[in-house]
Amino acid sequence: MNEKKITHSRFQITLVLVLAFLSGFIIMAIELLGGRILAPYFGSSIFVWGSIITVFMLSLSIGYLCGGKLSLLKPDLRLYGSFFVGAAILLLPLVFAGNEIMEAVFLRIEDPRYGSLVVSMLLFFLPTAIMGMIAPYSVRLLVISTDGSGHVAGKLYFISTLGSALGTLATSFYLVLWFEVNQILVTMCMALLCAGFVAIMTGIRNMQSQTIDLNDNAK
Amino acid sequence: MITIDGHKFRCRQSLWRYLKAEVLIVLAIALIIFAKDLLAQSGIRYIHQERSLYRNILVTEDSQRRCLRFTITSRSGQNQSCRYLDKPVELVFPYAKMTLSSLLVQSNPQRILIVGLGGGTLSDTYSQLFPEAEIVISEIDDAVVRVAQEYFGFQETDKISVDVGDARVFIKRAGLRGEKYDLVILDAFNGEYIPEHLMTVEFLEEVKRLLPDDGMVVANTFSTSRLYAAESNTYREVFGEIYNLRMSGTGNRVIIASIQPLPDTDLLESRAPAFRALLEPFGMDVTEYPRVMSKEVSWDTSERILTDQYSPANLLNN
Repeated sequence: MNEKKITHSRFQITLVLVLAFLSGFIIMAIELLGGRILAPYFGSSIFVWGSIITVFMLSLSIGYLCGGKLSLLKPDLRLYGSFFVGAAILLLPLVFAGNEIMEAVFLRIEDPRYGSLVVSMLLFFLPTAIMGMIAPYSVRLLVISTDGSGHVAGKLYFISTLGSALGTLATSFYLVLWFEVNQILVTMCMALLCAGFVAIMTGIRNMQSQTIDLNDNAK
Repeated sequence: MITIDGHKFRCRQSLWRYLKAEVLIVLAIALIIFAKDLLAQSGIRYIHQERSLYRNILVTEDSQRRCLRFTITSRSGQNQSCRYLDKPVELVFPYAKMTLSSLLVQSNPQRILIVGLGGGTLSDTYSQLFPEAEIVISEIDDAVVRVAQEYFGFQETDKISVDVGDARVFIKRAGLRGEKYDLVILDAFNGEYIPEHLMTVEFLEEVKRLLPDDGMVVANTFSTSRLYAAESNTYREVFGEIYNLRMSGTGNRVIIASIQPLPDTDLLESRAPAFRALLEPFGMDVTEYPRVMSKEVSWDTSERILTDQYSPANLLNN
């Protein structure tokens, strides 16, 4: 590593951009489905959307903070991939225990404002927070120099927010017309899992090739 | 001197050239939004206009009637509720008359739940017909309640009460409390936006829980688009046979469903004359109504049933 100029393989750059797009897409798709998921228990009053958006913003902000902090360590695609795997796993309660969780809160909290807020926290906080960690970590994976850091960050914001826009559009225009809510969610979990595994495998390969590099240098 | 991406800009003009595309896009979007509003102002006398949390609320008046509407665009059929100025009791809309004709099926409701207040027409009509009946109205928008009071003479009394909130939540809680209503009227589906969570099998099961053995649901819904079939299939899934009421000259249709098997139209026809005088003041001849009631399945039964998992009502209605 010493004097060698840091570069990223084309594949790694593309991978991070695709994954940033994917996470943007999924975050907004889930936020949008959130309204649909909560409506049977808390209605579709304006404060239900208020609760959902509040929780998404809050969890993203905390995710950004944690992801940024983690990026201080040596950038590692394996850790990056584990965010996706973690998000997929943390989304499972929403799919498989969503109704039970909402029912329990519905029975305990009369006011649908706080009911929907509590349920949004329980269902969405963890998966969204972990997806929030992806953005700053992506920046760390792609930045080479401080001069270009804004450019890299801009490109990542662009691609992940574009993903969010398309996730919103696709979900509200088409996906809900073709599929059940849980079918969409499960598909997204699988996409996150696949994304995570690809990143982790790439990370492991990088490690191996670096070890070989080091060995070569040592000779 | 401004520098962007290594380009140097000496004056504002070159900056304008650099950002021209972006600025034009923003202007174009703004223009589209405002043009829609401007087009809408044509030839209607507004006596009240407000923007609530959920919608635009407009009260309009012409020489004959006063109407409540939720959209600015002046397409016909956008009125939620209308009253004749000189004969306020008479019902203006066919759907309200079709709703009332459900009395042929179940003639004496004493506890009535109405979802969607509008101008309060149905609530007023039922309270005139059954002064002793207890009427509960679930309305999501408190601005609609205010407007109904101010412009349509709606009043809460010891018999008539309004619960401001989402009907799904109200009905779920009422079911948990074990409340029963002889008649549930679903009249929340004629706005620009259809509340999709009030159209699903799960919702109708919750409504069914509120009905006693002789209870009945009457829903004012859609007669066109794929939603017509999807909704009909959904009601049949929960209630079995349903009465479907359709009349020419209206985009609405009314569904009547009940716990007990529905009586045949022959029976309804024989009951009708006794109700004629009672319902005449509302501007309808009830003996004409058994004719528009049908149990026949006249829609595509392959259209998917609406559930909490699958409920794209607004997309199906396009």
